[in-house]
Amino acid sequence: MTAAYSPKELAEMVEPARVHRRIYTDPDIFELEMSRIFSAAWVYVGHESQIKNPGDYFTARVARKPLVIVRASDGSIRALHNQCAHRGAMVVANDAGATDEFQCCYHGWTYHLDGRLKAVPLNHGYPDDFSTKNPNTAMVAVPRVQSYRGFIFLSLASEGQSLENFLGYMRTSLDDAVDRAPDGELEVAGGVFKHTYNGNWKLYLENLCDAAHPWYTHRSSIAAAQQQKDDVFSDGTGEIAIRQMRQNGAPYSFWENQVGIWTYPNGHSYLGDYHDDSKLVAALNDPVFREYHHAMEAKKGKGETQRVMEVRRWNSNIYPNMSMMSQFQQLRVIHPIAVNKTEVHTYCFKLKGAPEQMFRNTVSFANVVNGTGSLVLTDDLEIYNRVTLGLSSEGAPWIEVGRGFTSDEPDPHGGRKGKNSTSEVYIRNMFDAWRGYMLGDSGAARKQVA
Amino acid sequence: MLDKTRKTPRLPSTAIDLRPYETFLIHEARLLDEGYFDDWLALFTEDARYWVPIQPNQADPFETVSLMYDDRRLLETRVRRLSDPRIYSQEPRSRTSRTVTNVTVEPDAGEPGVTVRSKFVLVEYRREDQRLFAGTYFHRLVGEGDAMRIAMKKVELVNCDAPLDGLVVPF
Repeated sequence: MTAAYSPKELAEMVEPARVHRRIYTDPDIFELEMSRIFSAAWVYVGHESQIKNPGDYFTARVARKPLVIVRASDGSIRALHNQCAHRGAMVVANDAGATDEFQCCYHGWTYHLDGRLKAVPLNHGYPDDFSTKNPNTAMVAVPRVQSYRGFIFLSLASEGQSLENFLGYMRTSLDDAVDRAPDGELEVAGGVFKHTYNGNWKLYLENLCDAAHPWYTHRSSIAAAQQQKDDVFSDGTGEIAIRQMRQNGAPYSFWENQVGIWTYPNGHSYLGDYHDDSKLVAALNDPVFREYHHAMEAKKGKGETQRVMEVRRWNSNIYPNMSMMSQFQQLRVIHPIAVNKTEVHTYCFKLKGAPEQMFRNTVSFANVVNGTGSLVLTDDLEIYNRVTLGLSSEGAPWIEVGRGFTSDEPDPHGGRKGKNSTSEVYIRNMFDAWRGYMLGDSGAARKQVA
Repeated sequence: MLDKTRKTPRLPSTAIDLRPYETFLIHEARLLDEGYFDDWLALFTEDARYWVPIQPNQADPFETVSLMYDDRRLLETRVRRLSDPRIYSQEPRSRTSRTVTNVTVEPDAGEPGVTVRSKFVLVEYRREDQRLFAGTYFHRLVGEGDAMRIAMKKVELVNCDAPLDGLVVPF
């Protein structure tokens, strides 16, 4: 199949401060993104705490392809294409579970945890080369699976840059997430939000570090929270939610003077120094936080505790499919479904060794920031739907991503930062990566497994 | 997986007069359908909770996230936002139609008031798209007659764990 677009045509769609709207609307572009970005890059699929013991597994999707991620008998992590080598049925149907082997429900072909075929009923009359040892009769393994401090990434491509190079300095956001646990370990807990919208996957990542939108998009929840009386009954849930909504109402001067945006190679970025709310972030006058602080100092010492507490990152985006809030124990996985359809799964993390109430606060925070029925996120979903509707018009063919273009600065860790947080440098940075993957001139993988 | 330890429901008692509860639920559904959100809020007690779990048989709203979980303070904020002209996820507004039926009273669990169980079907229409929700309501009601108030409302959706676009209008 010849590609729908030549490299030259693709290159012409991304200019330094604007991109062609076709990038968000054309199904052919989307198909190229699935093969050249999502089937080549390292993509996040889950966390090691979801598969603690041999036989534990969960299912995932990458580039729309169903996978099963499993802890094999030798303790290694494997990712298998979720397809029986016999007639092609999806073998694993549950979202997660524990098993000794995988068995297809169609004709009973049975596989080892690492995907090798174990047994076939009626094993006679096949051609001479048929054997359970033949790799063609295995559940096909994904060529590269690797975890960094518990976060599992995989690449559908057999060759390409290492995970370490791919993450680069952005590994520090993953470090920050883990370093916040007094016992140095995270656990996925508290269920998963799944929300969907009629819009392109890139819109989601492009909104998460957008410091200029809350004042407009979230006016209704900011105003409602600002007017809320504080002497009304709360079990703690509402208090956290309302504090966060009020934080969204910070004036432009705050975003321009105090908050920062940092970007790094391969499309990664984070928004930092955003939160100054005393209860949500670092309140030593709050008994739960004080207990947590004591636990950190007891396990890690005063100096390390202080270092960790001074890291203040809001959203960290690891392009192309993950966004996390290391400071708030939240992680989102972006699943492109079609050019105009996206699904996002959001998880919470429990900090091992932290007081129980800390996680309840995390859950309350998740409900307001990432909840499908949130007073905040619902307006973001409306924006994605509206961008899709707007781009279906015959309006301007180019999308502006130029705010802050003339004032971006180099970053000491090899990236670029905005002069302040309202710069769209993180969007331009994602399109630099997009070009690299789509034109095949990045350090990313070039060779794919069929 | 089905829970084999659970108990078979008992035939509801015919001795309880359900009409006051049915009337209350029908009234509540109408207030929501017709957008009288402040009046809906006034049906709740001062320490009320409103809960839409995200998992079937979810044990509590504290250790697991929820589609919605509001204490009184957050519920007031939710309702205030619904009347804000800048609530863009309600521009244009949803139109809804609720049917509440199969009303029964749950066995006494030792909490104040009476827990009323009912079934609902909710059709939401907005911007050329119609969504269908169905599930079970649990209302813990305290007081009687005009003074009847909701101390706790729990909404179990049959598709609570489905990927969903934003949920703005309360169930």
